[in-house]
Amino acid sequence: MGRHRSGPVRLAALAVLAGLALAGCGGGDIESAPTGGGGGEECGEFDIAINPWVGYEASAHVVGYVASSRLGCDVEYKNVKEEVAWQGMGNDEIDVVIENWGHDDLKKKYIEDQGIAQEAGSTGNVGIIGWYVPPWMAEEYPDITDWKNLNKYADMFQTSESGDKGQLLDGDPSFVTNDEALVKNLDLNYEVVYAGSEAALIQAFRQAEANKEPLIGYFYEPQWFMAEVPLVKVDLPPYKPGCDADPEKVACDYPEYDLDKIVATDFAKSGSPAYDLVKNFQWTNDDQNVVAKYIAADGMDPEEAAEKWVEANQDKVDAWLK
Amino acid sequence: MSVLDRPRVEEPVPEVGAPPRLKRGWAVGATIFVWLGGWALLRGTATLELGGAELTGFHQWLNGVRDDFDAARDTSFFFQYVIGGISTAIDTVVTFFQELLSQPAFPRPVPEIGWLGVVALLTWLAYALAAWRSALLVFVSLLLFGSLGYWTDSIDLLIVTAVAVAICVVIGLPTGIWMARSKRATAALTPVLDLMQTMPAFAYLAPLALFFGIGPASAVVTTLIYALPPLVRITAHGIRTVAPTTLEASRSLGTTDVQALRKVQLPMAKRTIIVGVNQCMMAALSMATIAALINGPGLGQPVAQALQSLDIGSAFVSGIAIVIMAIMLDRTTTAASQRAEKEARAGRAGGRRRWVVLGAGGAVALVLVYVSRTYLWAAEFPERPDLGTPLSDGVTQLTDWLVTTLENVTNSLKDLVTYALINPLESLLADTPWWLMGLVILAFAYLLGGWRPTAISAVCLLVILGTGLWNETMKTLTTTLVATLIVILSALVVGVWMGRNHRADTAIRPLLDALQTIPPFVYLVPALALFSTSRFTAIVAAVAYGVPIATKLIADGIRGVSPTSVEAARAAGTTAWQMISKVQLPMARAAVVLASNQGLLYVLSMVVIGGLVGGGGLGYLVVAGFSQAQLFGKGLAAGIAITALGIMLDRIAQYAAARYGRA
Repeated sequence: MGRHRSGPVRLAALAVLAGLALAGCGGGDIESAPTGGGGGEECGEFDIAINPWVGYEASAHVVGYVASSRLGCDVEYKNVKEEVAWQGMGNDEIDVVIENWGHDDLKKKYIEDQGIAQEAGSTGNVGIIGWYVPPWMAEEYPDITDWKNLNKYADMFQTSESGDKGQLLDGDPSFVTNDEALVKNLDLNYEVVYAGSEAALIQAFRQAEANKEPLIGYFYEPQWFMAEVPLVKVDLPPYKPGCDADPEKVACDYPEYDLDKIVATDFAKSGSPAYDLVKNFQWTNDDQNVVAKYIAADGMDPEEAAEKWVEANQDKVDAWLK
Repeated sequence: MSVLDRPRVEEPVPEVGAPPRLKRGWAVGATIFVWLGGWALLRGTATLELGGAELTGFHQWLNGVRDDFDAARDTSFFFQYVIGGISTAIDTVVTFFQELLSQPAFPRPVPEIGWLGVVALLTWLAYALAAWRSALLVFVSLLLFGSLGYWTDSIDLLIVTAVAVAICVVIGLPTGIWMARSKRATAALTPVLDLMQTMPAFAYLAPLALFFGIGPASAVVTTLIYALPPLVRITAHGIRTVAPTTLEASRSLGTTDVQALRKVQLPMAKRTIIVGVNQCMMAALSMATIAALINGPGLGQPVAQALQSLDIGSAFVSGIAIVIMAIMLDRTTTAASQRAEKEARAGRAGGRRRWVVLGAGGAVALVLVYVSRTYLWAAEFPERPDLGTPLSDGVTQLTDWLVTTLENVTNSLKDLVTYALINPLESLLADTPWWLMGLVILAFAYLLGGWRPTAISAVCLLVILGTGLWNETMKTLTTTLVATLIVILSALVVGVWMGRNHRADTAIRPLLDALQTIPPFVYLVPALALFSTSRFTAIVAAVAYGVPIATKLIADGIRGVSPTSVEAARAAGTTAWQMISKVQLPMARAAVVLASNQGLLYVLSMVVIGGLVGGGGLGYLVVAGFSQAQLFGKGLAAGIAITALGIMLDRIAQYAAARYGRA
């Protein structure tokens, strides 16, 4: 019986584990607590993608909080970047992208061609992307806000990372950006350097304003930080429809984005009350900035921040639930 | 960890007709002269630089392949039923354990078994598989996870790791056995395993998520790809090294092949195989944070989130939790393997006392499981004592203070290294015309290792050219070389000190052991806090990852220098400096060369992770390819270029080590 020599211990362990697994299924005594206010309709699981910027987080958690507290949904937040979130609509893993910035290529692929996703209307937020400088610079060098003068100031923005070129600070590599192409096509003597995240961008702008250091970088609105340091936007060649069609040849400013909601087709057809909530959800840039500030500047847990705003804005929330 | 831990079986033989030393010195000088001259005259021409948004035909083709797969996933039988089946199976298993142990089992507000039951069960399991010491370690570690505030994430990570390792064993053991018994299988599988270990996970993360979905299944598959090779290799190695005489003896007794495998080879290789499982487990943990980017459950999530929001305190605390888990799993599997060996020798498991303790412990565990299903306090990990918040606040305050106080020091250090070392070297490598640079690399490969690495390098350079990312590859080579240089210098200083001073050795060695168990992602946290994002930051993280192994190798080498030589030198009245430079280091040359080789490979495996904190070059492209749909092909091409660069440097270093380490 050589092969059972060291077996009994393991065998016993297995037996106990198996027994436990069975016992586990036998039903426990902790009452199944209802998760929310117990709405009438069946909601079930509601998967919200979380893209990596605070404004997005604010919208997602407000919708999620309302869905779980009013509709009794089992809300799950999934931390993924934009592209991955769109992909996930194909296999029922993501129900909604609550704040979408343009992404015409993805719309074509997943809405028109594959039909796994569809649009669910505007969030009411207006999105602006551009190059910004701290306010002290706009005051000291008034003509810096015209892109034609940027080469004149390039030396000022040199860092050890950009070498003999000026540094243009970008955010997370996943953000919507044409900056590498813009620098090349506008013949700017700049190099794009990635800060890595929204938080790193904010920290850099905050320091630049406080220490009166030169900095130019990618930034966007709606953005709570603008209330703390009102960054000034640099004018790029004006946007015309279609001028950004080829990502390699872009030489114009970013369009003004009507931020919209994207839902999985299966989710839209499921009859879930959460879908109606998503469709009706609309608020302003100021609303989002309030919640974003709770999270980023005041260090609140996103769910608490959402709760605080919802409690204070019952009328708006009620309109989404009609 | 990539290509490193594999036992190096074939030792390359030094080539016949290798240039003698003096001639070689001249040749190196001449190569550098030509290089510098070419750089001075032709700088900036034919650098093959590709703008950030520009794509080559190859990149677009890769994008097209991805789109075809994307479109096929709803219609193809293979994707729907085979891939879909696998991912549903994995998801189901992971979700089952999550609802049992870590996540609320809807409609219950808590898991089926609460924290108290989980602690009791796992502690008991550690005792059953290893010994009371391991049980104590597991007990304390689990309580720490909870009081650091990461109970759910920790148990999630444990589940994902366990499932990945279990599949690893199921696939890896037979594959390893097959490789040990068939030369042809070895020849066919070795390049595949090489590729699995060197191809950065980031490069295939997005397509994986496309097929296996966002969540546990993708996380497990990603982990599997990276963690399987060490297990296969070590298993094959273990079985191969069972003494041929033993095998002969059993065969002469008339055992069949299968019997020989089951009764002789497997039991004798058991210890080695458990080492393989241990390596596999460590590899799985180091993938945790990367898997978090496709929403893989576990401790990687809070680390990734905290890095994103620059919350150094939280990143530190969740990083510590990963380290604790690494130490817990590492020590427990090691103890289990020792126990297995002891039992195999003694022939009987434990004594009567052990059985009594096991039985009683099992009963207690069962009672606690019942309690944890019944009472809320035993189901949800208590919020107090809360070690996480004060620790995180403390670390945040400390880093804030450090960063403001040391801002000038850290910035000038960063600028000094960047301006004095990184930028000039980058210009030398990346601004030299590609054909000249390629020739220079080949010349070095020949001078260091002979013809064979030169041929391999030529193939790798062609692959890199084919990816269209020559310029970015040279930038990555720059940071890799700078980091390796710093690793070797620090390892020399600390290693020599440890080798000469016993007390220093006893003080530092446990620290190095602990550092080696830390998954590479964790190194980003302090580096990012001190230096924000830059190439230097990525270098610092890579150095921190490479120094422990290199230091230990050098210390062991110095220690291994024969005492009689040292005595003789001392009698001749040498100074300490002479002793180090004339006696100990030359005699420990093999160790120094090996340390440099390993240091280089560890640094190289940090390239992509460094891309997350400003590393630039190929690492950044891989990260960007994961993030932007139109850059996917470019990112994948960058992954291929990293693999080619890694194989090239590995082979040059290996052949050079064989030649110089021996002399």
